[in-house]
Amino acid sequence: MTFEKFLFYVFAAVLVFAATMVITRRNPVHSALFLVLAFFSSAGIWLLAEAEFLAIVLVLVYVGAVMVLFLFVVMMLDVDVATMRAGFMRNLPVGLLILFVLVLEMFIVVGPGIFGLDMIPAPAPQPADYNNTAVLGSVLYTVYMYPFEIAAVILLVAIVAAIGLTMRKRPETKSQNQSAQVQVRSEDRVRVVKMASEQKMEIKR
Amino acid sequence: MQFEMSSLIPVLPEVFLLTMACVVLVVDLFLKDEQRIVSYALAQIALLLAAGLTVAVGSAETQIIFDNHVIRDPMSDLLKTTICLVSAGAFLYAKDYLRDRDLFKGEYYALGLFAVLGMMVMVSANSFLTIYLGLELLSLSLYAMVAFNRDSKAGSEAAMKYFVLGAIASGMLLYGISMIYGATGSIVFQEVANGIPNTDMNDMVLVFGLVFVVIGLSFKLGAVPFHMWVPDVYHGAPTSVTMFIGSAPKLAAFALAMRMLVDGLGALHADWQQMLVIMSVLSLATGNVIAIAQTNIKRMLAYSTISHVGFILLGILAGTQEGYTAAMFYTIVYSIMALGGFGIVIMLSRRGFEADQLDDYKGLHDRSPWYAAMMMLLMFSMAGVPPTVGFFAKLFVLDAVIRVDMVWIALFGVFFSIIGAFYYIRIVKIMYFDKPVDDAPLAPVGMDTQVLLTVNGLSMLGLGLFPAGLLTLCSAALS
Repeated sequence: MTFEKFLFYVFAAVLVFAATMVITRRNPVHSALFLVLAFFSSAGIWLLAEAEFLAIVLVLVYVGAVMVLFLFVVMMLDVDVATMRAGFMRNLPVGLLILFVLVLEMFIVVGPGIFGLDMIPAPAPQPADYNNTAVLGSVLYTVYMYPFEIAAVILLVAIVAAIGLTMRKRPETKSQNQSAQVQVRSEDRVRVVKMASEQKMEIKR
Repeated sequence: MQFEMSSLIPVLPEVFLLTMACVVLVVDLFLKDEQRIVSYALAQIALLLAAGLTVAVGSAETQIIFDNHVIRDPMSDLLKTTICLVSAGAFLYAKDYLRDRDLFKGEYYALGLFAVLGMMVMVSANSFLTIYLGLELLSLSLYAMVAFNRDSKAGSEAAMKYFVLGAIASGMLLYGISMIYGATGSIVFQEVANGIPNTDMNDMVLVFGLVFVVIGLSFKLGAVPFHMWVPDVYHGAPTSVTMFIGSAPKLAAFALAMRMLVDGLGALHADWQQMLVIMSVLSLATGNVIAIAQTNIKRMLAYSTISHVGFILLGILAGTQEGYTAAMFYTIVYSIMALGGFGIVIMLSRRGFEADQLDDYKGLHDRSPWYAAMMMLLMFSMAGVPPTVGFFAKLFVLDAVIRVDMVWIALFGVFFSIIGAFYYIRIVKIMYFDKPVDDAPLAPVGMDTQVLLTVNGLSMLGLGLFPAGLLTLCSAALS
């Protein structure tokens, strides 16, 4: 077994373990952290497959941005795990059956019988000065320009939808009015009340 | 690499629509609430001009541009024009409805235009990547539109359901595409089609991928057994959105099927034909039988959609030129019928009242003979009663199926159409022969909406008497 192959199996084992933990942990924060681990191990596998740029992007974007945001959401929302897991045990046998069938199918279809090394030879490794990022960039803005633009529109729609669905005036929302805050004068805030001073009462004897 | 400005001409409608969607988004910021009509007018102008541009850049030849990612052919011209016009109709019907419910906002029109853009991208996609991105653009806009009424619990629930199931469907589709890419080494439809006979790989990978592609496709079409979202989404969404989802996206879903199954995976016809037979038979049976039990007209029309999808699939599975033409004819006719059907539901609704129960239609003839007459035409057309166009749509599909010697499945279609005719004609019966339950005067409806309803209803009769025009357009688009 070469060292690369050994590394692959290590990463793959960690990935499968982490993915299982994501769906079986009771604490959603633990699940999110295991998902981070899963992303790291798949980034490792991609590095082995010489997709360096994608591996870095996976770590930067998914681990760095998406999962951190996700952790925030998980921590802020009060997720009632008990009700969410209510049907877990009951549906488990069906789920396991489907899992078994799917894994079997995948093994038959994607397994060594069809995609094995003797069917499709491994591509020759690229030279050390091969620049993955430059190659991706050169096709992304030429060959894939149209899909790239459409992807940008999808992101715009996501922004419009998110703002459109959450920004609305509700009676309980409190908001700042900066212009009123700036224009405020001392007279509006402090009211000097003039009162007649109290007379000293004479104490009668 | 040289970039020619002239290569943008075939996608001019898409470019224009995207620009207008952004214009609506920005202009809307500067409008006061009582000036929202400007956003609406801009959206309508955008759709009508996009339809005009599609016709203007259209021609009988096929152009493949953007490194094989985009195709412009007669089929895409016809479908894009129809999508723009049907969406414009949906916006027109929805105007008063939205205004009465404080939903008359610029975002509705911006999202609507983005959805139309997504459909147009799908229609003229020439690679799995483009078609997937178009589909996501359409779906994302629709999820947001279903949840548009934030105070409605049913709307939010429907949007959630639609979102989760839609995401699963997209995942299935992508998984299938990855298998096909693995087997043929390309995502461009022509190259996939050329690669299938040459691949020395086992056929199993292709069929495995095909299964997942078909599952994703039937989720989007709403074919049984992947139809669970349809009734809930149709029921929970605001009626204007239900109308939008029920009409134009069906045309895009038809294009999705044609591009992926026929252009890309045509060599696997024998395999996907069997899958479509099962789904089409189940859709015809489930849709027509369960619709009978519905008391909510939106749910009833949802199940009726499922049964119509069964017919569209029948046309596609025939796998012949006539079959595709018949399926395209059926899809166009269905989108116009659905537009009118939900249009009536919208026009009978008023502030604080949804006319979504069957009881609300009792005695409609006494309250408004014209609405009742239009509804009758639409219902007869959905049921397939001659001389309305629905009859010819079903006839052409059945003819195409019989020509490929699948008589039993044609008989099956006829049998369930007869069962389905019951619940359409029941609406006609309660409109004409029952006493009105609701005596409240009908909400006043603008002249533009009335004209649209009249055109929509009478087109059922007009197209039924002269179906040759549309049929010629469809067969020319596919030849």
